[in-house]
Amino acid sequence: MADPILKVDDLYTGYDGIPVVFGVSLEVMPGELVAIVGANGAGKTTIMRTISGLAHPLKGQILFDGTDISRLAAHQTLKLGISYVPEGRRIFAKLSVEKNLALGSYTENSKVEIHRRIEELLEIFPVLRARAKQVGETLSGGEQQQLAIARGLMSRPKLLMLDEMSLGLMPSMVEKMMETITAVNRAGTTILLVEQMVQEALEIAHRGYVIQTGKIVQSGAGSELLDSEEIRKAYMGM
Amino acid sequence: MALLDVRDVTMKFGELVANDRVSFTVESGAIVGLIGPNGAGKTTLFNCITGFLKPTNGSIHFDGANVTGLTTYQIARLGAVRTFQVVRPLKEMTVFDNVLVGAFLKTSDNREAFARAAECIRLCSLEPLQEKPAGELSIGGKKRLELARALATRPRLLMLDEVMAGLTSTEVKASVEVILRLRESGITLMIVEHVMEGIMPIADKIVVLDGGVKIAEDTPGRIANDERVIEAYLGAKYAQRYKQRKEGEALG
Repeated sequence: MADPILKVDDLYTGYDGIPVVFGVSLEVMPGELVAIVGANGAGKTTIMRTISGLAHPLKGQILFDGTDISRLAAHQTLKLGISYVPEGRRIFAKLSVEKNLALGSYTENSKVEIHRRIEELLEIFPVLRARAKQVGETLSGGEQQQLAIARGLMSRPKLLMLDEMSLGLMPSMVEKMMETITAVNRAGTTILLVEQMVQEALEIAHRGYVIQTGKIVQSGAGSELLDSEEIRKAYMGM
Repeated sequence: MALLDVRDVTMKFGELVANDRVSFTVESGAIVGLIGPNGAGKTTLFNCITGFLKPTNGSIHFDGANVTGLTTYQIARLGAVRTFQVVRPLKEMTVFDNVLVGAFLKTSDNREAFARAAECIRLCSLEPLQEKPAGELSIGGKKRLELARALATRPRLLMLDEVMAGLTSTEVKASVEVILRLRESGITLMIVEHVMEGIMPIADKIVVLDGGVKIAEDTPGRIANDERVIEAYLGAKYAQRYKQRKEGEALG
């Protein structure tokens, strides 16, 4: 069996030295789509921030492609091939779709190459092609979310991390979003995503981890998790 | 009779309706949990009840008296006291002196205030830390101090805003014990909490908000299996699947 592209081992992490994640271990294999699900405040975003280098472990280790990235900053993990699309989209409201995309290829210097990647992504995200010259703030919520994902792909990441892509979207848009994520994964990008919407995430994921108050309480195939009583318990506390 | 009676409370911020005709009661001697996903309007409702906000519509009754629109200190004097999600100790003062400040709300007698502070320190398991400056406590310690300080005012209703957030499982258990001890001593509790494993097992009743509206008010056991609550927490699609499975089990 191949080695995992991401291996999180006994991770303790939090804010200002206060842990909110206690001993989390997880793995993502190359080509996989893995979901972390759990209620608000369970620690999902904190795990993502720590993997991407925006926060650092209090204890434990993160290996990416065999390299220890526990102490690296976000710009360094990006160079190694990790792209993090944070919750809330965070697109540049006053910049055009094209410029938003170009900023995602921060690690690339060649203008020709940047242009080629933009073209490629506009193929995958036709909604964005129609809006290529429009500034970010004029896009709908769903379009902004697509732009955030596309921007995340501009660095050609080995691992794309998506944080709460469904947040603030109408149910029909959530469905579309999940289809897009599946398509990106099928095209070869390994994905780790966190979601509160259990069914939506576990339907498209190969595997999932259920997190409750900073600890993983269950893991397994998506469908397996969906039929277990544990997942409701993890959200409801009993 | 209900100690706290929230009637049709609506709170608007401009066009945004943060609470929409919310009603519920807190019975004397009970532990009532107020839960809901992020943005459900829990803290806003809490702020309306404690006098930090004046509701746009509706009324709040404490011990039979209409307290809508009273200031925070007037409500606190009547015996309804709150803690804060983001702890606000007087950092330079010792833990004991912080609690003493609370005790002076109800008495100007030094001896009585000192005795009350000592009792609250003990109830909240803060004895070993009482001489430390409050700023030096761990987050768990600060949350317990927040509790002790509120307790020192001799409340009849203690309203806790996320006292378990950011605590380890061991610390959650410790706060649960403190809360049960407080109830034993005759205090009614209303608790806003995200940490479900903390609140669900100890509450007599749970009130669930979603999108500013009360979607359920029931015992924890029923709440944990309530379709609308599951939908609010786990998403509509999962709720659907859950319902189908339950119906399948009932038939099979």
